[in-house]
Amino acid sequence: MNELMNNILFLPERASTFAERVDNLHYFVIAVTMLSSLAVGTTAVYFFFRYRRRTPNQATEYVVPSVKTEFLFVSLPLVFFLTWFVIGFRDFVWVSTPPKDAMDVYVMGKQWMWKFSYPEGPNGVNVLHVPANRPVRLLITSRDVLHSFFVPSFRIKMDAVPGRYTQTWFEATKPGTYQILCTEYCGLSHSKMLGEVVVLSAEQWDAWVKEQRQGYLANRQDALADVSLVPHTARMAEQGQKVAAEVGCFKCHTVNGEPHIGPTFLGLYGKQETLQDGVSLRVDEAYITQSMMDPGAHLTAGFPNVMPTFQGKLTGPQTAAIVEYIKTLRTPDIRTGASSQGPVYEPIQ
Amino acid sequence: MSPSSSIAAEPGAVPVPDEHHDHHPNYLVDGTTLKSWLLTLDHKRIGVMYLIWVLLFFFIGGIYALIVRLELLTPGPTIIDAMTYNRAFTMHGVVMIFLFMIPAIPGAFGNFMLPLMLGAKDVAFPKLNLLSLYLLLTGAFIAIWGMINGGMDTGWTFYTPYSTHTTTTVAPILFGAFIIGFSSIATGLNFIVTTHTMRAPGITWFKMPLFVWAMYATACIQVLATPVLGLVLLLVVGEHLFHFGIFDPALGGDPVLFQHLFWFYSHPAVYIMVLPSFGVMSEVVATFSRKNIFGYRAVAFSSLGIAFVGFFAWGHHMFVSGQSTFNAGVFAVLTMLVGVFTAIKVFNWVGTVYKGAVDFKTPFAYFCGFLYFTVFGGMTGVAFATASLDVPWHDTYFVVAHFHFIMVGATIMAFMASLHYWFPKMFGKMYHEGWGLVSAALIILGFNATFIPQFLLGNAGMPRRYYEYPERFQALNVASTAGASLLAFGFLISAIYLTHALVFGRRAASNPWRSRGYEWMTESPPPTHNFVGPQPTYPEEPHFYVDPKKAEVPDAV
Repeated sequence: MNELMNNILFLPERASTFAERVDNLHYFVIAVTMLSSLAVGTTAVYFFFRYRRRTPNQATEYVVPSVKTEFLFVSLPLVFFLTWFVIGFRDFVWVSTPPKDAMDVYVMGKQWMWKFSYPEGPNGVNVLHVPANRPVRLLITSRDVLHSFFVPSFRIKMDAVPGRYTQTWFEATKPGTYQILCTEYCGLSHSKMLGEVVVLSAEQWDAWVKEQRQGYLANRQDALADVSLVPHTARMAEQGQKVAAEVGCFKCHTVNGEPHIGPTFLGLYGKQETLQDGVSLRVDEAYITQSMMDPGAHLTAGFPNVMPTFQGKLTGPQTAAIVEYIKTLRTPDIRTGASSQGPVYEPIQ
Repeated sequence: MSPSSSIAAEPGAVPVPDEHHDHHPNYLVDGTTLKSWLLTLDHKRIGVMYLIWVLLFFFIGGIYALIVRLELLTPGPTIIDAMTYNRAFTMHGVVMIFLFMIPAIPGAFGNFMLPLMLGAKDVAFPKLNLLSLYLLLTGAFIAIWGMINGGMDTGWTFYTPYSTHTTTTVAPILFGAFIIGFSSIATGLNFIVTTHTMRAPGITWFKMPLFVWAMYATACIQVLATPVLGLVLLLVVGEHLFHFGIFDPALGGDPVLFQHLFWFYSHPAVYIMVLPSFGVMSEVVATFSRKNIFGYRAVAFSSLGIAFVGFFAWGHHMFVSGQSTFNAGVFAVLTMLVGVFTAIKVFNWVGTVYKGAVDFKTPFAYFCGFLYFTVFGGMTGVAFATASLDVPWHDTYFVVAHFHFIMVGATIMAFMASLHYWFPKMFGKMYHEGWGLVSAALIILGFNATFIPQFLLGNAGMPRRYYEYPERFQALNVASTAGASLLAFGFLISAIYLTHALVFGRRAASNPWRSRGYEWMTESPPPTHNFVGPQPTYPEEPHFYVDPKKAEVPDAV
């Protein structure tokens, strides 16, 4: 049945957990649409014949609908539309909320290629390697204009916006190779900004990671094209530490838990932070990035607004590297939800 | 004016037989100099001039569409290079939206019919009306100058930061669109004031023809939303030329802010394009089935409902832009309401036929096409609004097909229906009915053949604005291009027989459709001041086809 529907609708292969959810709603909506349109169309055509004009000046009855009829006209579509909304929005929330145990991959779009960096080390251009049956969170940004990361077989899509990180996630269900397309118009070679996701089985994945760490990366064509991003020998967090030292983060931020001019980096990621306007939020990638680009936007309570913006001073990969570095400075159980037990510090007054 | 001059002005026409109209020549022959047309304050002449210009712009936009479709015939480069292709699809969008769909029905048919339907001699501000035409043309010529001298490759959505980085000629085209916005505001303001102040005795709010209701709702959107577009376009031009740093993150701006501002106009703008079509169709279905509109108030209020809710649905263009999940939910629910309002209209139009007397003429054929495109275009819109289905479809050909069904399909159907329905009203001539039906069938079929493959392409995952594409998409692209050729052929036939009818057509009766719509209660073509003799009164509601002997007091809903 699903195969038949897929062929009629020209849907690509289903290769992620989200694809299955989306397609089920798709079939439901299509079926109801076709049936209801058929009903309306048949009624209309029947009326056209049944009530055809017999004399040129034919008089007709004055017909107005009863309140009951109008109520039906409103409620019938409303019930279906709201049902679809409930299902659709539930799935949308699901795809917008990565599970806590997801593996992170940084994605950067630039005219006209995709770059992928893993916190563990290896990088890739236009080819993203992921393990099957394991949630993968993509932290997406862009170096120049808007792009959009789209894998038809996974049914996922997220815009790459310069100056901020967006996120989406997927769990690939079968090993194989799937195309990545850019769906946000980005200039001359927009249609050539193609890439692929290589989904590996658990064993293949372990072998691949091992291979990457052993430095075989240097022999790979795609890695050679990527030396501008991060030297392949350096792990992303190490790179971040280096960049942070170069641009002077440590003049104001410590890494040992002691507050200085700014909050310490130790345990910052995942911490529940209280802002100056009393709002409380959880420190995540987006918040750290924003604090680098627009430090005054969400100031932590008790700290002066003295940090300069790093907008334009840090490249996308450097920003990602610093974020990844800050993420290493944390207690181990942060991802499992025990974030409130992180190190406590007293801000200077 | 002498009778001889009126005959001379219509070469090939049957000599005007109505002797008693000598002192009240129709608007077409009352003054035959170029100046009497170019500087006219008569809403009917301004409407006709709008019609001529929007048809020209439709032709230009159509040429761009054919270039785009031909280029997509093969997966690789076909007839043009990538840069030319990017300019072509941008210009197709800009010309069709700003120069055809927004001004088409309000400018041409709204101007012509609104005062006639309200029993008024003209719109409230005739000079402003003329100014709106010249503002449109000024903006159009600046934009077209920009297209010839460099062109623009950003897509009609002008998304930043690409539009502030591109080396193509952004400034004149955006500035042209900015000026066109003022034309739109002027038309809207004029219609609002006319509707409020110039209704003839007997025409209460709930006796106004539904076309007037639709134009009124449209005008409200034009006046309220267009200034935001003006603002955002100026900011983009400023950022492009002077590096303001509002939308470009490299200068400290926020590209998503642009999307919010842009869609705050451009989503309501969809209803600027499609609400007039709804109005036209309410008239057409009533006339050709000789029935009062089933659920008049429901149809009238749903126009206002769409106009209102349309302002709060813009975020559904941004489900995958990084806006918050909560926002997505709110925008999704509000978008569903637009679907409900549209469904009310569809049911009431079909209900209008019930116990009617259908005469299947060309405008009615377009009504059938309209119903079809509205139902499927609308339902795919609702599917998009579920948020999760938007994720795979967003920015693919599914979106392209969806808005060509609901926004373009409905508008084209209504534009063609208006052109045929009001052709005898405006020009006093009759076109060839057989060719009318043939070309309507070709246009509706061609439209389906063009865009159904695009729905499937979107399902298969082909992104929009692609110059080259993977080979697996070719079969559907060939089908779509073939459909576009059929569509163009249908329009060509229409152009030929309508032009022929304009020159050689037989004289039409004053009310060839025997319609009881208010605009038909005067001569066709109408005299310069619309009515001869005392102010007409309107004791009955429009489209009242009840046998006077059996007429009871109607209890309208």
